[in-house]
Amino acid sequence: MTQTKTPLHQKTGSALKALVRKQIFIPLAALLILVVFNLIADPSFFAIELGYSAAGDPVLSGYLITILDNASELAILAIGMTLVTAASGGQDISVGATIAIAGSVVLRVLCGTESRPEMLQAPIWVAFLVCCVVSMLFGAFNGTLVAYFKIQPMVATLIMFTAGRSIAAWINNNELPIISDAVFGYFGNFIPGIPIPTPVFIAVACMILIALALKFTTLGLYTQAVGINPHASRLNGMDPAVVKLVTYVILGLCVAVAGFIKVSRFSSINYSVVAKDIEMDAILAVALGGNALSGGKFNMTASILGAYVIQFLTTTLYKFNVVSSALPAYKAVVVIILVVLSAPVFREKMAAAWKELTHNPKIKKEAA
Amino acid sequence: MQEGVVLQMRGICKYFPGVKALQNVDFTLREGEIHALMGENGAGKSTLIKVLTGVYQKDEGHVFIKGREKEAHIRSPQDAQGLGISTVYQEITLCPNLTVAENMYIGRTAGAMTNWHQMNAGAKKILDSLEIPASPQQQLGSCSIAVQQMVAIARAVDMECKVLILDEPTSSLDEQEVVKLFKLMRDLRAKGVGIIFVTHFLDQVYEVCDRITVLRDGQLVGEYVIEDLPRVQLVSKMLGKELDDLSDIKKEGETGPVDETGAPVLEARGLVSEAGIKPFDFHIRRGEVNGFTGLLGSGRSECVRAIFGADRVTGGQVSMDGKKVRIKKPLDAMKQGVGYLPEDRKRDGIVGDLSVRENIILAMQVLKGVFHPISRAQAEKYADEYIKLLEIKTASTETPIRQLSGGNQQKVILARWLLTNPQYLILDEPTRGIDIGTKIEIQKLALKLAAEGKSVTFISSEIDEMLRTCSRLIVLRDRKVVGQLTGEDLTQSKIMATIAGGDKS
Repeated sequence: MTQTKTPLHQKTGSALKALVRKQIFIPLAALLILVVFNLIADPSFFAIELGYSAAGDPVLSGYLITILDNASELAILAIGMTLVTAASGGQDISVGATIAIAGSVVLRVLCGTESRPEMLQAPIWVAFLVCCVVSMLFGAFNGTLVAYFKIQPMVATLIMFTAGRSIAAWINNNELPIISDAVFGYFGNFIPGIPIPTPVFIAVACMILIALALKFTTLGLYTQAVGINPHASRLNGMDPAVVKLVTYVILGLCVAVAGFIKVSRFSSINYSVVAKDIEMDAILAVALGGNALSGGKFNMTASILGAYVIQFLTTTLYKFNVVSSALPAYKAVVVIILVVLSAPVFREKMAAAWKELTHNPKIKKEAA
Repeated sequence: MQEGVVLQMRGICKYFPGVKALQNVDFTLREGEIHALMGENGAGKSTLIKVLTGVYQKDEGHVFIKGREKEAHIRSPQDAQGLGISTVYQEITLCPNLTVAENMYIGRTAGAMTNWHQMNAGAKKILDSLEIPASPQQQLGSCSIAVQQMVAIARAVDMECKVLILDEPTSSLDEQEVVKLFKLMRDLRAKGVGIIFVTHFLDQVYEVCDRITVLRDGQLVGEYVIEDLPRVQLVSKMLGKELDDLSDIKKEGETGPVDETGAPVLEARGLVSEAGIKPFDFHIRRGEVNGFTGLLGSGRSECVRAIFGADRVTGGQVSMDGKKVRIKKPLDAMKQGVGYLPEDRKRDGIVGDLSVRENIILAMQVLKGVFHPISRAQAEKYADEYIKLLEIKTASTETPIRQLSGGNQQKVILARWLLTNPQYLILDEPTRGIDIGTKIEIQKLALKLAAEGKSVTFISSEIDEMLRTCSRLIVLRDRKVVGQLTGEDLTQSKIMATIAGGDKS
């Protein structure tokens, strides 16, 4: 190899190549494609208006706000799902069902023995705490099966996937409680006077929390090390089982927050529909972020970005009047494209093609 | 191509990001010869082999195979197999969860139907002819590493190959098994097979090989007929410098007698673990280097694993500096200042996808605890320090450790433990599968640690390596401690006699 000075166009080329190699490139590129598509199809997609809610409070509205708002639960779940994937090399498919449980617990605590109380029977923060504890226990249940009984994550969590929604209905004696308290609705909608939906703030708070946890604890190093090589991790003093269990408990906490937002949005719950299929979107967010579903190294930012890309896609499809029953089919097509794009085999081929493309003109130039 | 040449590689180049792994390397293999491929870690031996077997794609150069006019393009291991190139790798690359017979026939049964009876019978015939102590229907994972290695060789042999590549096949075999392997290699040579033999054992090269090709830093040093290249010259060609006398290293690091007063750094009584060793007593003092020796499978590793808590301890007492301690898991041992470099580097040592930096700080980080992460800047400082100190060859601190050569991976694991400043360091086969230069460095390091008042337990399959480093040897036979040798008793013949059970004869 010659040691001549690299020409400028090659420098920008290598900078681009470096970006392409970065894990975050996939969700970023996907987002960019969606943005460009919407810009061409209908630029009004990006319009944000200041309107007024039914109560007369100022609220922002527009597709972008919808995306940010609706992606909140998914983004929060993606955090826990990323950790679970990294440490245990598998996914929790029960999060949709356990969200139903979490939401049901919140309503049960708030309603007490009545199903449509005039007054809340317990403070909201108590309901939230109870919901957190219950969700973390269910997380610990899944985690124990995976970490100590060495059951494959998807099989272990199939139990709660199957039973979760029945348990949720059972918690409220199969009744459909409705909360009339306005304050409870703030968490899933707007706080009077603040024009941005509250779930956005909650999601951001969760992101800050996980960023702090990754910075000020060894959570990231431990989960990755255990996911990559549990034998070596154990011989370096870690307890792989505990690390795995912890990730499932953290996911349980994420489920609690997501469930709380979900019931607050409607001040009620529909056991069979709430957060339906969200587990698949959460897993997809992790995959879209370029993280290996077989565990090991992860990139949290990419996963969270992946969650927003999925919601962006969903909202775009709604915008173009795709009926909700046809939505999964359209989504699947896009997912196939994204997954192929992010596959290492494909990327290598593209890199080779890119090399060919950038090297040939150079040779011609030198000849001239 | 010349008459009698079975494989010719010309001007092979292979680049990795930041590393020129191979530069313009030529290699010629003739029919019916055993050709040693020699070089230090990172010399490019493994890369050349992987180019030849289709694991890597060469960036430049040409490969010619006997019986083909045109240049051979090897794009995958299947291509290589199709051209009659078979490989047995240093690390077992078979499937431990399949049976021995399945492993021997995997990927080469015609069509979707398998005649199990025929397959098992065929496997049995080959195993018997090579005197491999394994049954065809046995799960491969339940065999010892040595037997697994031999099954891999049997598989390659059975594929009627023209070119057989043996990449460090002897590193996990004991002497008798090596003898069997050599007999097999000579038989194959007589049948006209060209064998490429990659090894670090000089004795073995001079025992079976006809020709030697030496690589250094990714470049060809030369090809020699074995009679023309005395040992000393081979070593100096590999290192690119004159070799300082191996036997001198102990004198350099000698620190005088071990401190025999006071309580031992670690003392174990009747220690036994679930790995199936007999209860044993053990102690080590400050400034001492001792070792466990014995044949493969005699329980050397199991003993130190019990000390470190790597296997579940089922009985016995351990005290450190005279105080009773309970070591139930590795973390307990680490907290007492014990470090353990495991035998199986790939399985128990490296965390492959993590960077060199993360691998270096791992043990120290665990000791510091979950809520005291080592800052990025501090970690980089540690990594840089040890990369320099141990001369680890890596593109950067952020390179995933799996991209490093075996010897450099081993140095990273060493760095990991040195960083924790252990009072007692256990080195289980630290020099296995790595080059002479690094071997000597590691031996020196063990002696240097002892000179600083630390204690080291050293395990090696090479007895002269143990003799150079250890002042006391604990001899094992059939998972039981059968003797201890110190001072004048530390000779090859005495050790052999003890291992073999000389007291009875």
